[in-house]
Amino acid sequence: MNYTYYPGCSAGGSSADYEKSTRAVCAALGMTLADIPDWNCCGSTPAHAVDTELSAALCSRNLDMAARQGVRKLLTPCPSCLSNLRHAAKRMENPQFRARVDELLDNPAAPEFPDVTSVMQGIAAHCGANGIAAHVRGSLSRLTLAPYYGCLMSRPPEVMDFGDPENPLLMENLLAACGANVLNFPLKTACCGASYGIPERRMTARLSARILQLATDMKADAVVAACPLCQMNLDLRQPQAAKAAGARFVMPVLYFTQAMGLAFGLSPDMLGLEKLRVSADALLRKLELPPAPQGSAEGGKPCE
Amino acid sequence: MRIGVFVCHCGSNIAGTVNCAEVAELAKSFPDVVYADDPMYTCAEPGQAAIEAAVREHGLDGVVVASCSPRMHETTFRRTVERAGLNRYMFEMANIREHVSWIGKDREANTNKAAELVEMAVAKLRRDRPLTAKTFDVVKRVLIVGGGVAGIQAALDCAEGGVPVVLVERESTIGGKMAKLDKTFPTVDCSACILGPKMVDVAQHPGITLYACSEIEEVSGYVGNFSVKIRRRATYVDWKKCTGCGMCGEKCPSKKTPDAFNEFTGATTAINIPFPQAIPKKAVINARHCRQLTKGKCGVCAKVCPSGAVDYAMRDNFVTEEVGCIIAATGYDLMDWTIYREYGGGAYPDVITALQYERLLSASGPTGGRIARPSDGREPQTVVFIQCVGSRDNSVGRPHCSGFCCMYTAKQAILTKDHLPLSHSYVFYMDIRAPGKMYDEFSRRAVEEYGAEYIRGRVSAVYPDGLGQYVVMGADTLLGEPVEIKADMVVLAVGIEAAKGASALAEKLCISYDNCGFFMESHVKLKPVETTTAGVFLAGVCQGAKDIPTSVAQGSAAAAKALGLFARDKLENDPQTAQVDIRRCVGCGKCVRCCPFGAVAETEIRGEKKAQIIETVCQGCGLCASTCPQGAVQLAHSTDNQILAEVNALCR
Repeated sequence: MNYTYYPGCSAGGSSADYEKSTRAVCAALGMTLADIPDWNCCGSTPAHAVDTELSAALCSRNLDMAARQGVRKLLTPCPSCLSNLRHAAKRMENPQFRARVDELLDNPAAPEFPDVTSVMQGIAAHCGANGIAAHVRGSLSRLTLAPYYGCLMSRPPEVMDFGDPENPLLMENLLAACGANVLNFPLKTACCGASYGIPERRMTARLSARILQLATDMKADAVVAACPLCQMNLDLRQPQAAKAAGARFVMPVLYFTQAMGLAFGLSPDMLGLEKLRVSADALLRKLELPPAPQGSAEGGKPCE
Repeated sequence: MRIGVFVCHCGSNIAGTVNCAEVAELAKSFPDVVYADDPMYTCAEPGQAAIEAAVREHGLDGVVVASCSPRMHETTFRRTVERAGLNRYMFEMANIREHVSWIGKDREANTNKAAELVEMAVAKLRRDRPLTAKTFDVVKRVLIVGGGVAGIQAALDCAEGGVPVVLVERESTIGGKMAKLDKTFPTVDCSACILGPKMVDVAQHPGITLYACSEIEEVSGYVGNFSVKIRRRATYVDWKKCTGCGMCGEKCPSKKTPDAFNEFTGATTAINIPFPQAIPKKAVINARHCRQLTKGKCGVCAKVCPSGAVDYAMRDNFVTEEVGCIIAATGYDLMDWTIYREYGGGAYPDVITALQYERLLSASGPTGGRIARPSDGREPQTVVFIQCVGSRDNSVGRPHCSGFCCMYTAKQAILTKDHLPLSHSYVFYMDIRAPGKMYDEFSRRAVEEYGAEYIRGRVSAVYPDGLGQYVVMGADTLLGEPVEIKADMVVLAVGIEAAKGASALAEKLCISYDNCGFFMESHVKLKPVETTTAGVFLAGVCQGAKDIPTSVAQGSAAAAKALGLFARDKLENDPQTAQVDIRRCVGCGKCVRCCPFGAVAETEIRGEKKAQIIETVCQGCGLCASTCPQGAVQLAHSTDNQILAEVNALCR
């Protein structure tokens, strides 16, 4: 089946591994992803924090071009992009708002936008738990995983349509289909500190530490994330979090697509595992897989 | 006809937005109106005296008062016109307060509307005719539904007053929620010790018939003459034979039966007596967990029972009781707090309700009075109490305050320190509501003498930390800071709602209830014990949140109402009943079938089938009048002609 795909800006940088593993897993499942041609940034937090019309205009341009592709489903891996795209689509239902946004665009936006969902929902809808289980080559049954959605994926519920905002269960279903031992992780929708990693590093360190501490105490082998920013805070900034908590963490933070890819028997370098700052080698050993190749040129040491 | 109109100012309640003098002046132009005035307070002594004087002076034979709702003062004014020598039904009321002045600010529109309502009342009054009440006998027995402390108090007071009582209790023992409590605030005396003797009094009083394990099936009749069908659920034990020895429970092999009396903090046996002081102290089989009843194999209790009381073939049976009035005292249940998923939604074993905690504190509870975590039996070092879980929370549709949680939380914090001197308690609260006698002093003691740490703010989440404790995340709104506490146990002060099945009972009793199921009193301030159905009274929490002393007080108040009703040998009916025009009646019987009170009988006049109203039974609802295809049934003082006259007055 064909899907229009919106990678989002981080796909080309901080979450290149998410991008790589998403494409690999989707390909393995027979999902064809066609990028929106000439897509632009969704505006991220800065745009909507300043001006909802600006944010909607940036998103509407993408949605408009996606609409012209003629495909009904648009997938995006990043919860923040997803939130902006869905908010924009919702706001554009208001004719006055649409008129103001159209003024900011070269051409008036298409009257109907494709349905935007997360890659996670797209995968689940495409094959369901049984379909996923059929693709599993090496079960993750030796792994205990802490699913972590971040705060954006399920909220606000009336826009995101992701099930129970406090207790979404989709990732659990996908990981369980891969054979993993999935924890009922109480902080699965707690905030990691998000972009406060830059202006208020201590706050992000404290919030991320809480998540990492709980995963450690619950004896998770890894935290499984669905958001580029969450993954960065928990993985790249893990030493900062450890310092704030006065603790020592060795907690790999995988994207759910990386975990699924491992179960599907895709090679670690197809999944970008070498990009993880906290090595997943222990995990791979448990799965009796060879360690990931050394980090690529952009990668450095985790942030202290 | 000579009609007098009185347009009440009600201080500024009406006069503030209605030109009463103008309404009175306009009224003088309505047909048959010979006198009109606009007194300041018509219901006050001078106002009533003015009506009496006007009736005499102007030879009035009908009076219209335009003031508040008839539910407020119709009876008052009927008595006034009666004192003045008129028939008390030659009186009509126009509601220009609730229906006009309180709901609109436009003075001119209000004045017009008030004048129109007065004109309608005049049009109706012109077609009124004097009515006379009939008397009927009263059955001097009272039915009390619910054997909690309010019902027990009402039963004992009625029985002491010489009125026979039928007490119906759904559970296998009376005692209600109070029987589950360990200690009671603000004196910290043992709940079982103060309630137990009252329960025994109920059992021993010759004037009280107790039906436990029973429910109200059907209610018919009216004040003075109710007929109540009671379902006596099968207990599978013949209580006439059962001595309460408890042998059956000791030998019952089904030892994992959920223990409802202990709020599911422990397990019991399928055949059991819920607690040592139970009244009646009789065994009951929980059919869902009994091996004999579910699998047809076992029969241990029947074998060991020394008196041969066990009867697996028992079925529900019914009794019908005739009573003169009914007191509803059905109490409360906890709301389903598991909707609070941020507190685990019931998934965390050590996050429990305050009522469960009460059972852990109680010497007759599952732990014998030792505070132990349900998960591992360890004694907690840190206990967090969260108040207002399902109270004062609009986000879950529970705007009301549950009233007694602040106090029992303080009590539980004190008892926790008593039981575990090294423990530390935190209480998350919104406001401390302690207005009762010695209440504030008591909650201060929890803080000042027992070191409970009160934190003003809500808890956003509770989650297990993976190491056996729970993280309680909340806000301290006084410091404006987030708080995180590692707790061994979390106790939720869960909000209350009306007891399960209360709304079904309300419908059987023809009384109203609010959106949390609490029964509605007749008047919030002045008739807190009565309902809008004559002869049905309320006691205890079924009407709204109350602590024990207030429930007991209302139990006594309801008993006083019952005794007051029975002080008369005969009651008068409201003569505004349905009447049949025999010439028009075709004997179709529709009215007989539609009457909810059984007040229409079929009779034969000169060989023809006709309807006949039993006037003392008719409640004047008007269903038959609107059902009759011939217009043969008319409701006195609401006849078709009167309603049309009102419509005509309005549409002129």
